[in-house]
Amino acid sequence: MPLPAPVSRLCRRLFMAGLLAFAVPATAAAQLTIRIDDPNFEPLPIAIVAPQASNDDERSTAGRIAGVVTANLEGSGLFRAIDPSAFVQRDGSEVLAPRFNDWKGIGAEALITGRVFHRTNGDIRIEFRLWDVATGRQLVGRRLETGRANWRRLAHKMSDAIYRRLTGESGYFDTRVVYVAESGPVLKRVKRLAIMDQDGANHRFLTNGKNLVMTPRFSPSAQEITYLEFVGEQPRVYILDIDSGQREIVGEFEGMTFAPRFSPDGNRIVMSLARDGNSEIYAMDLRTRATERLTRHPAIDTSPSYAPDGSRIVFDSDRSGRQKIYVMNADGSGVRRISNRPGRYATPVWSPRGDLIAFTKLEAGAFFIGVMQPNGEGERILAQGYLAEGPTWAPNGRVLMYYKKPRGGTAQLYSIDLTGRNERPMSTPEDASDPAWSPLLED
Amino acid sequence: MKLKHALAVLAIALASVGCSTKPPKDGGANTRVTQSELAKPGPGKSWQEYTAPSRNGYSDRVFFAYDRFDLDKDAQATIRAWSEWMRAHRDATVLVEGHADERGTREYNLGLGAKRATAIRDMLIALGVNARRIRTVSYGKERPAVAGDDDDSYRQNRRGVARPSTGGA
Repeated sequence: MPLPAPVSRLCRRLFMAGLLAFAVPATAAAQLTIRIDDPNFEPLPIAIVAPQASNDDERSTAGRIAGVVTANLEGSGLFRAIDPSAFVQRDGSEVLAPRFNDWKGIGAEALITGRVFHRTNGDIRIEFRLWDVATGRQLVGRRLETGRANWRRLAHKMSDAIYRRLTGESGYFDTRVVYVAESGPVLKRVKRLAIMDQDGANHRFLTNGKNLVMTPRFSPSAQEITYLEFVGEQPRVYILDIDSGQREIVGEFEGMTFAPRFSPDGNRIVMSLARDGNSEIYAMDLRTRATERLTRHPAIDTSPSYAPDGSRIVFDSDRSGRQKIYVMNADGSGVRRISNRPGRYATPVWSPRGDLIAFTKLEAGAFFIGVMQPNGEGERILAQGYLAEGPTWAPNGRVLMYYKKPRGGTAQLYSIDLTGRNERPMSTPEDASDPAWSPLLED
Repeated sequence: MKLKHALAVLAIALASVGCSTKPPKDGGANTRVTQSELAKPGPGKSWQEYTAPSRNGYSDRVFFAYDRFDLDKDAQATIRAWSEWMRAHRDATVLVEGHADERGTREYNLGLGAKRATAIRDMLIALGVNARRIRTVSYGKERPAVAGDDDDSYRQNRRGVARPSTGGA
């Protein structure tokens, strides 16, 4: 299938110049921080000044970059962008010499200033600074440069740098989401893999809808996707190279393979194989093609997910008579059940930070999205719906995405932060299910 | 299906009652209503005729309880009829589909559909159908039979469906 110009080639052109040796060095002792796990915190008021520009083209770029940064930071639920019409200092000198009393006067606690340059080689360069308004200190000063068509990634990298400096957590804005786009009548649904930036931009379809596809997951490099595709009446696990569009089957097995995920080092696929109707979990080494059976039980064992260090696998099984969540060592030894409450527990996903496991829960006719610790304690429900399923973690382990479908309605993607107070629908061209969040993209 | 059978019989009964409202010329003393089941199409018929509801045929599908894959009496009777058809059509192969309702997670339901399809396959084999003539596939909750989100829709979607094909394996 023909695909648009490879995105990652542009991505690879993204040039991070790193920290500039600006006059005011960033210090680690800044007071301005956001406690993102404090349930009572107020969004931080931030003034985002469109980067200074010297012609109309640059001004247009500057405005679009400021728009993306604003949407990212506000979308996190952690920031409140101050309306630019309230800005007092707007003479250009704010870029290097903010009059902090003016910014205090309009309630800003953080301030972003910068400059944008259209370079003759076709690149865009941006220099930006994040200021602590109370102390007048510069917290971040950075220069970024990339090809002009790739301008959104500059805005995402900026957003990540700001988020990281103010929360102490890595960001998640320079990421992508792969999901299943759904169209057509309910009884003959057309499903296509689709990919988009985390904010919905740069959307494109990866498969043509001829075959039923589901449950995509990114490789650690974010260059490949493993997923389930029905070829004829044969549901099998495949790996798709995003740039080339090349597709490769994962092993030739007698029986259905499904529920695939990459290992954290990208060398293995863990998945279910149903042989004679019995779904067991297998791991396959992608270099040697050696497969290893990890579970041995007549029950349905599926939806595996590696711990971030690769040492353990969490999965769901109905071996107790009902679907519950279990943890085992990566070689299949030491299986133990971790979910002990009533209800069905499914699709466990280990957080990239390792501290939590997200899951789907079914109880009393409703679906829930929640998190628990790897020992099964500290369960918290974050979202619910008539159907709500398949959580996926942002790479910083602070935000989840999943899909929900109201009774009689259509499936849609949502994100929510771990406090559970910032649930946001994602806008997609078609109905959407089975999201998977990429790692932070490489420079 | 049972309800349909009963309705068909009732319709026939009502029709004959309608005929008898006018006093017949002769032999009109019979006040008894006799009824009997229409014969189902024999296994020698095509699958379409064998399973045509309008011809009082066997069903092409069996149903399961929520989160279960065991075959109840109705399902077993239907699969027995399928095995008879397979015996009468030696060149036929059959694809057995396992399906689930939407009240389960996508991947678990694929596993559940596989168990349902396999339960049917195993019974066909036990009834003498060669395993090489049977293929199974699980669609999980991806291909519902009906679009609703009530108990009756769920019931109709928790199903196993036989799709035979003749001429070539």
